[in-house]
Amino acid sequence: MFAISTLLDISVLTLLVVVALAMVRERDLFATVMLSGIYGLLSASFFVLMDAADVAFTEAAVGAGIFPLLMLTVLTSVGRYEAGARRIRILPLVLMLALAGALFAAVVQMPPFGAVDAPSHAHVAQRYIHESPDEIGIPNMVTSVLASYRGFDTLGEVVVIFTAAVGVVVVLLGGRPKTPQQSSQALMAEHKVLRIVGKMLIPMILLFGLYVQFHGEYGPGGGFQAGVIFAVGIILYAMLFGLSNAQRVVPLGVLRWLVALGVLIYGSVGLASLLAGGEYLNYSVLASDSVTGQHIGIILIELGVGITVASAMVLIFFAFTRATRSRDELEE
Amino acid sequence: MILTVVAIALIVVMAMAIARALLGPTIYDRILAVNLFGTKTVLLIAVVSYIFGRPDFLDIALIYALINFISVIAVLRFFEYGSSKVNEKVGEDG
Amino acid sequence: MAELVTVLSSLCLLLGAFLIFSGGLGVLRFPDFFTRMHAAGVTETMAATLIVVGLMLHSGWGLPLFKLLLILLFVMITGPTASHALAKSGLHGGLRPLGDNTNNERH
Repeated sequence: MFAISTLLDISVLTLLVVVALAMVRERDLFATVMLSGIYGLLSASFFVLMDAADVAFTEAAVGAGIFPLLMLTVLTSVGRYEAGARRIRILPLVLMLALAGALFAAVVQMPPFGAVDAPSHAHVAQRYIHESPDEIGIPNMVTSVLASYRGFDTLGEVVVIFTAAVGVVVVLLGGRPKTPQQSSQALMAEHKVLRIVGKMLIPMILLFGLYVQFHGEYGPGGGFQAGVIFAVGIILYAMLFGLSNAQRVVPLGVLRWLVALGVLIYGSVGLASLLAGGEYLNYSVLASDSVTGQHIGIILIELGVGITVASAMVLIFFAFTRATRSRDELEE
Repeated sequence: MILTVVAIALIVVMAMAIARALLGPTIYDRILAVNLFGTKTVLLIAVVSYIFGRPDFLDIALIYALINFISVIAVLRFFEYGSSKVNEKVGEDG
Repeated sequence: MAELVTVLSSLCLLLGAFLIFSGGLGVLRFPDFFTRMHAAGVTETMAATLIVVGLMLHSGWGLPLFKLLLILLFVMITGPTASHALAKSGLHGGLRPLGDNTNNERH
């Protein structure tokens, strides 16, 4: 049993290094994006091998799904081949080597993987592991730590995603929703097979997103992953049926409201805890029984996270696509 | 035992797909290789979940299948849409 | 009965592994894009079906069986579709199969 997992670990890590080297040397940026998709899938497989299911989930959705999609949108406006010959420049090389040296030194000094006396296993983690079944009572301990014990950090993450969406909207869309343009319908109209298969798949994808959202307490999943899955379903619709149709289904105005709504829900749960007599984001006071209060709090904030992440991703995708579209039209 | 053999076969094929992604003369070869890699990853996750006895990994396999399909469609879509820019062709849409 | 199921499951898994390996070899060694796509597409769907069926026989009744069924349905629907989209895109982008002597530019 140990030999096979070591073998798998070594193979996946070797493939990671090979792909990373190839990405750096490749001049065709399209190929680089493809390779980065492979890199994301490899990383996610490695996380699965390390028994980190939630992280693997998120890495698959983001690193192999959303990230190449967004990079492709950027490529359509930037151009495909890396420009210019490369000269070796001394200062960046030295800086990078120094950074790499420092990182290696730090990693070598870390305690061995899984050692019992490692700092990450010693202090608060012990308390979380022992007390979580009694205090919070959900099987997936990752969710209980993320949503309840470290709720502030998760609030910060949601606000970061919200801010990113706001930044993209301001820079690319000028802050005001424009009327949707006529997209190139003719191109996709020939793709009957894809459209029919898409019509079958998109409801399943959205349903799977709902499953992941509400099942996050019992298995890998939760708000972030569910939000990304939802966004991917809507983006698939936009790709198969055209941007203007997609914007009729989810208008930009609605998306801007939704992305704020998620953060609002999260903050309001904290506020409700304050009003009920506890500290900010202490869910135990939300119901008469503290375990029920924890459950209510966790479900609500995961919902907030899911809503913000889904609308942020869709908003960023729409903004990128519209920006490249309007540049093309300006040039013609 | 049998599952281990399947897992090893899958990793070997994943390495072959990477080789094709690095070699492939045209961009379509690379897209094919990425698609192949994705479906093999789905199977690898499913097999690994049985080797390690963790049935919750099957959710991860399901989402990989989704993501793989959607990225292939996205790539082909952008390739078609932006083909005048992306391929630097002069004249009408290739 | 239980032994029959185990034998069947092992058979499916081994056959699937063999098909996957031959498909991978085809992708590496075939001469042009369309032949490679044929190797990948045919073996990918068939082998994935066999492996997932093998795993389904290996696990008992329960939720994992249902999830494997979903994975199987998904792979069977999206595998051929992805091959179709790839081939169509390849033709649209100007690739032609080896040994294609016609002068068709329009499709």
